[in-house]
Amino acid sequence: MFSFFHGGVHPDDSKANTRHKQVEYLPPPEFLILPLSMHIGAPCEPCVTLGDDVLLGQVIANSGAPVAAPIHSPVSGRVTAIEPRSHPNGSRVMSIVIQNDGLDKLHPEIAPYGSVESLTPEELLGVVRDAGIVGLGGAAFPAHVKVRSGLGKVTRVIINGCECEPYITSDHRLLLESPEEVLGGLKILMKIFGINKGTIAIEANKRDAIENIRRTLPRRGEGIEVRSLAVRYPQGAEKQLIQAVADREVPPGALPAAVGVAVFNVDTAAAIHRAVTTGMPLLRRIVTVSGSAVSNAKNLSVRIGTPMETVFAATGGFRETPGKVLAGGPMMGIAQFDLTAPVVKSTNALLAFSQREVNASREQTCIRCGKCVQVCPMKLEPTYLYMYERKNRTDMLEKYHLSDCIECGSCAYICPGRLHLVHSVRTGKQKLNAARAAAKEGK
Amino acid sequence: MDAPLTVSSSPHIHDEESIRSIMTDVCIALLFPLALGTYYFEMKALYLTLVSVLSCVVFEFLYRKALKKTNTIRDMSAVVTGMLLAFTLPVSTPYWVVVVGAFFAIVVVKQLYGGLGKNFMNPALAARAFLVVSFPAYTGIFTEPTFHEDGFSFFSTPDAISAATPLASLKQGVLPENYDLQNLLFGEIPGCIGEVSALILIIGGLWLLARRVITPRVPVSYLGTVALLTFVFSPAGVDSLQFMLYSILSGGLMLGAIFMATDYTTCPVTKRGQILYGIGCGLLTVFIRYFGKMPESVCFSILIMNTLVWMLDKAGRARRFGVRPFAFLFKKGG
Ligand code: SF4
Ligand code: SF4
Repeated sequence: MFSFFHGGVHPDDSKANTRHKQVEYLPPPEFLILPLSMHIGAPCEPCVTLGDDVLLGQVIANSGAPVAAPIHSPVSGRVTAIEPRSHPNGSRVMSIVIQNDGLDKLHPEIAPYGSVESLTPEELLGVVRDAGIVGLGGAAFPAHVKVRSGLGKVTRVIINGCECEPYITSDHRLLLESPEEVLGGLKILMKIFGINKGTIAIEANKRDAIENIRRTLPRRGEGIEVRSLAVRYPQGAEKQLIQAVADREVPPGALPAAVGVAVFNVDTAAAIHRAVTTGMPLLRRIVTVSGSAVSNAKNLSVRIGTPMETVFAATGGFRETPGKVLAGGPMMGIAQFDLTAPVVKSTNALLAFSQREVNASREQTCIRCGKCVQVCPMKLEPTYLYMYERKNRTDMLEKYHLSDCIECGSCAYICPGRLHLVHSVRTGKQKLNAARAAAKEGK
Repeated sequence: MDAPLTVSSSPHIHDEESIRSIMTDVCIALLFPLALGTYYFEMKALYLTLVSVLSCVVFEFLYRKALKKTNTIRDMSAVVTGMLLAFTLPVSTPYWVVVVGAFFAIVVVKQLYGGLGKNFMNPALAARAFLVVSFPAYTGIFTEPTFHEDGFSFFSTPDAISAATPLASLKQGVLPENYDLQNLLFGEIPGCIGEVSALILIIGGLWLLARRVITPRVPVSYLGTVALLTFVFSPAGVDSLQFMLYSILSGGLMLGAIFMATDYTTCPVTKRGQILYGIGCGLLTVFIRYFGKMPESVCFSILIMNTLVWMLDKAGRARRFGVRPFAFLFKKGG
């Protein structure tokens, strides 16, 4: 069965450099920086103070807020600073700096929770929360919140292994190297939701991964299927994936649970499995290091909190001075200006591009070709959004459903007039919020 | 870090396609009819096209220079306008008339409204309409194509004879006597430089489709509407199928449907809007052919529809993602 999502584009996948590179282990550096905000929701409060000794896996920051996820120390060592540091999102965020003693002394409380069968759904959900797991595909939404909000509504779990962003192969390698972890995570999630329908969705360009995970499937399937999806960006965007797999459109402003689905990234599923079976919270992740300015493209298993410059240095440094460095993929990733910023929970790739490749594309003009409208997976009219944003017509932005935009970048990718459409959407969202706030005050 | 890192908004990669590459593709597609036009109407056809292109480019350059705006001749859009303008004129048109037309197209229609993407009428068509109204003596004379039985000569000029075009017969409600469908397909009929052969225009259109410059939505809905209406409302005593085929193959309809109505700037951007636009063009074309006096059905239909593009874009907006069709019917009060 084939279902499709609307629109979409076909950027060159540029994955050949790292597709066949086994994940290498990167030893933790001397100093690790752990921002108190690595998830969507309320930032954590530190529960250690300057000079404290910490152990591997120890909770160093937590929050009582409903939407948050605790942060653990990825190494053993000493807290040497609690101060604002650069965050990959471009701002400065209060962070805990830990000096690594190199001993990796394990926190005594870290031990396997027992077999999945012996734990109740509520206990399993508690593990997900305590392990600090967030959406590792880039969204960084706390996993336990997603699960809890979907309890009773979700009838199907989709594990997202599309990895439709060019260059990134971290999920691909995970599917090849540890398919049982992904599958284990899916089973845990299905148990928590109390359902027997699970789908692992992978783009068709990862044939080896699809075959690999199919071999791992239980003999009788147990309600789990592996789906090969068309190669098209943004296949891995949550709403588009649900449309392709379940043939349902998530209503505006609603969560996927509204159509009975919950989506988790493959790495998130694997992290859940590890947390339950080993007791290990989220301390490391796979990062694809690639791009034209990198000497040796690699997939690395990196402790969270490792500064980007350390990661790049571990791949043999830069081949040439990079003109642009991205955290994330080229379609949605964030351009970096300070490479002391750390790898955070949601950093799936670090890409460095040569000066030459930085296309300082000058905006030309809209020739009304309609291509942005054709490719928009949310069925918006980006050219009109752009125009109304320019004219500050927030009323029209509202009418043209600006807030539906998922900022996937398809429109700006295709636009022959080289308009910075996504940038304009972001500005438009700010203007719209300001207008809404003003309207509220006026009342 | 010695050089600062560039910080810009995502996405950080871009498709190869640019305005220039699109316009170049259109020019390539237009070379097919130009070659045939030159064969039928001698070198004058080529010269006329060159004069038109050159004047368009020069006017664009001068206008933008005078107003201290960015130079845009590199985007090739003026070349496209120049070629299209020449294609809509008979080969006997004097050069100076073409230059006037180019001025009207580039300066009055395109640049006064802000340049590429801002004009609300197709520049080439608007210029043609202007010339037809202002200089009917020059634009109404059609030349019989030559077939070069004695070989192609670079110096002969075709005789301008006031030949009756197949369209003129159709307007009388009869099938043309002197020309059969094959003549229309291959362009062995009197007419304007670029519009005589339906076949070569379709080949150009296929190139544009293959290069993804255009989608079939506008041409197919336009031609389909004309075909349907002429089939259903064919004059008494005339074979409907024949009448329909003659109708869609004659009078610049192919050129209009494939190259003029698909002009980005002056057609809707939404999918449904484009289909409505094509249907509208078709309705008007047939209406004007049946009830109008001038042989300008395609030209005026497209120009009229051009002015409705904003409305069509509104009407053609897609159903919102995640909202059921006809959701407004189910909406709860408030
Ligand atoms: S893709 Fe760019 S040029 Fe084309 S309509 Fe959209 S904004 Fe305009
Ligand atoms: S408007 Fe938003 S959702 Fe649509 S293509 Fe552009 S970035 Fe993607």
